[in-house]
Amino acid sequence: MSALNILHVDKTFGNTQVLKDISLAIESGEFLILVGPSGCGKSTLMNAIAGLEPVTSGDIQIGGEDVTWRTPAERDIAMVFQSYALYPSMNVRQNIAFGLEMRKMPKAQREEAVARVADLLQITPLLDRKPSQLSGGQRQRVAMGRALAREPQIYLFDEPLSNLDAKLRVEMRTEIKKLHQRLGTTIVYVTHDQIEAMTLADRIAVMRDGEILQLGTPDEVYNDPVDMFVAGFMGSPSMNFIPVTLVSRDDGYVLRVLDEQDPTGAPLELPWPPAREAQALHEWVGERLILGVRPEHFVEDETRMETSFDGTRLDVMATVVEPTGADILLQATLSGTEVTMRLGPKSQVAAGERVALRVDMSRAVLFETTNQRRVA
Amino acid sequence: MSQTDSPLPRSRAKAARHSLSGSLERMLPRLVIAPSLAVALFFVYGYMLWTFVLSLTDSGMLPQYDFIGFAQYARLFANERWNVAATNLVVFGGLFIILCLFLGLMLAILLDQRIRQEGALRTIYLYPMALSLIVTGVVWRWILNPGLGVESLVRSWGFEDFTFDWLVNPDMAIYALVMAAVWQASGFVMALFLAGLRSIDDNLFKAAALDGASLPKVYWRIVIPCLRPVVFSAVMILAHIAIKSFDLVMALTGGGPGYATDLPATFMYTYTFTRGEIGLGSASAIMMLCGVLAILVPYLYSELRGNKHG
Repeated sequence: MSALNILHVDKTFGNTQVLKDISLAIESGEFLILVGPSGCGKSTLMNAIAGLEPVTSGDIQIGGEDVTWRTPAERDIAMVFQSYALYPSMNVRQNIAFGLEMRKMPKAQREEAVARVADLLQITPLLDRKPSQLSGGQRQRVAMGRALAREPQIYLFDEPLSNLDAKLRVEMRTEIKKLHQRLGTTIVYVTHDQIEAMTLADRIAVMRDGEILQLGTPDEVYNDPVDMFVAGFMGSPSMNFIPVTLVSRDDGYVLRVLDEQDPTGAPLELPWPPAREAQALHEWVGERLILGVRPEHFVEDETRMETSFDGTRLDVMATVVEPTGADILLQATLSGTEVTMRLGPKSQVAAGERVALRVDMSRAVLFETTNQRRVA
Repeated sequence: MSQTDSPLPRSRAKAARHSLSGSLERMLPRLVIAPSLAVALFFVYGYMLWTFVLSLTDSGMLPQYDFIGFAQYARLFANERWNVAATNLVVFGGLFIILCLFLGLMLAILLDQRIRQEGALRTIYLYPMALSLIVTGVVWRWILNPGLGVESLVRSWGFEDFTFDWLVNPDMAIYALVMAAVWQASGFVMALFLAGLRSIDDNLFKAAALDGASLPKVYWRIVIPCLRPVVFSAVMILAHIAIKSFDLVMALTGGGPGYATDLPATFMYTYTFTRGEIGLGSASAIMMLCGVLAILVPYLYSELRGNKHG
């Protein structure tokens, strides 16, 4: 039985439709992440699940029961807010116990729950402090503790890490993941950070303009995106989009890279792997398409790291070299298109030099130019 | 200012002029402040001191300087009328502050519920504060006058036994004062509370809703405790309004009936300027100053300490 079921939910504010026929189901114990740029409706969807904003039409079921018109308190959910929303006048203990107190839990049980949660999150020494005396990370823990104390059916996290500094964010991310693995809780988590989405989620729902574009595992969303938006949104640095023309040859399909600056020169041609010759490709011969290649699917030719890696060779001019420590990000011009590549840290590339590369075409994807949908 | 790429001589001349105008610039604030500081020192603090000196003399119609120690203060506390005035201040000040806080908070909470025409309503509630207390007093005197106002209106409707004579009833007249003063000031308190409410994170309400708290509970347990600094400021402001109340009493009751609604301020005025007892009046003025200081000093202390920490 699914823990949360959202059926054809619509939401309009005045004339703007912020949620368009959203349907999704979450299994018990699943970690679902709603990800998308700001204004995509992900927070509205979360508020609709929480009952903080009424939906215009559609149904929301929690644990098999229709809760569409129930108040937030009657839904058996807990929420962690971006601003933490700790009650400023209460100490940590009272903050955690407040929800239990409102649910008329006896005092002894309440104290037991607070002790359990404080132990779990290692905030026992902070119990008598006021929120104003806590650091960002500690407030974050208390906010999670407040949610955990109630043991609800579903946890909602609304961009919980975006107010933390970079280092703490990574730590808390791991902590949330550990907590989820240990407690097996059902979590719906909103973020605009695609790395958080990739690292935490069992499944990711990528949203844009009030619609779910793709719902799948992190691997599916990353390697098998349904359209250019999903492909470009997931992954950092983002996927390279190269305009090409599909050409049919005797030995298979070839992608001819268009060079706007130099139309007379010999065009670069990338053979499409024969193993991936989809039926659909046939009807696109002679058409303009967009080739999507992830930065890590380029490999410097000299390294010959993997003998099995039989990519297509190409020759580019390096424009910017950005070493990040773990690897080197290389900006280069490939037949007039700016392309980002992720090379190994030992690479000796310098800006202004020509670099010999191979590209792994077996992982590349093709999109239509008009509606940006995936072709192959 | 001088890092322009203009030719050297010009910039040197500029620098010379700069130093002259610079010293003027440094002096200017002090020069501008000095006259008003002198005036304030003389007319506020000088006269305070003079009043204190007079309170130690047996001045009558005119000031004179036969010092008699604190005898005027002893006479003051033995004076029945002063005791009425002081008791009135406690009743009036207490009720005024409590009612203003309560009404102001209620209005602010109700206005904060994202209602339509909030701006217009806020202005309406704040308007009494724009009136002078004299006007408030006169308006309420007419409203409460048994022969002209509410009582005569209700009687003209046929309720011949209706009485609403607070203004002329010595036991109730002080409450008539409270009513007018609350009407005047509660809109202002509302504005203070509204500003406080607006600064509260919306997510607190959402979190409390998820925790299962009803709206009155949210306000009582979470929001109002957050407004403590606002309550504190409001009490300070209202308390000194209450202690200094003079014009409202003069316009509404004139201290009457008899001296039933005398407040320290009207007591001081009456003794100093109409009864020819400047010594006693000065003593009462100094007592009022002590009352204001008793409230103001802790307030300033906490404010300044707060600033240092903030």
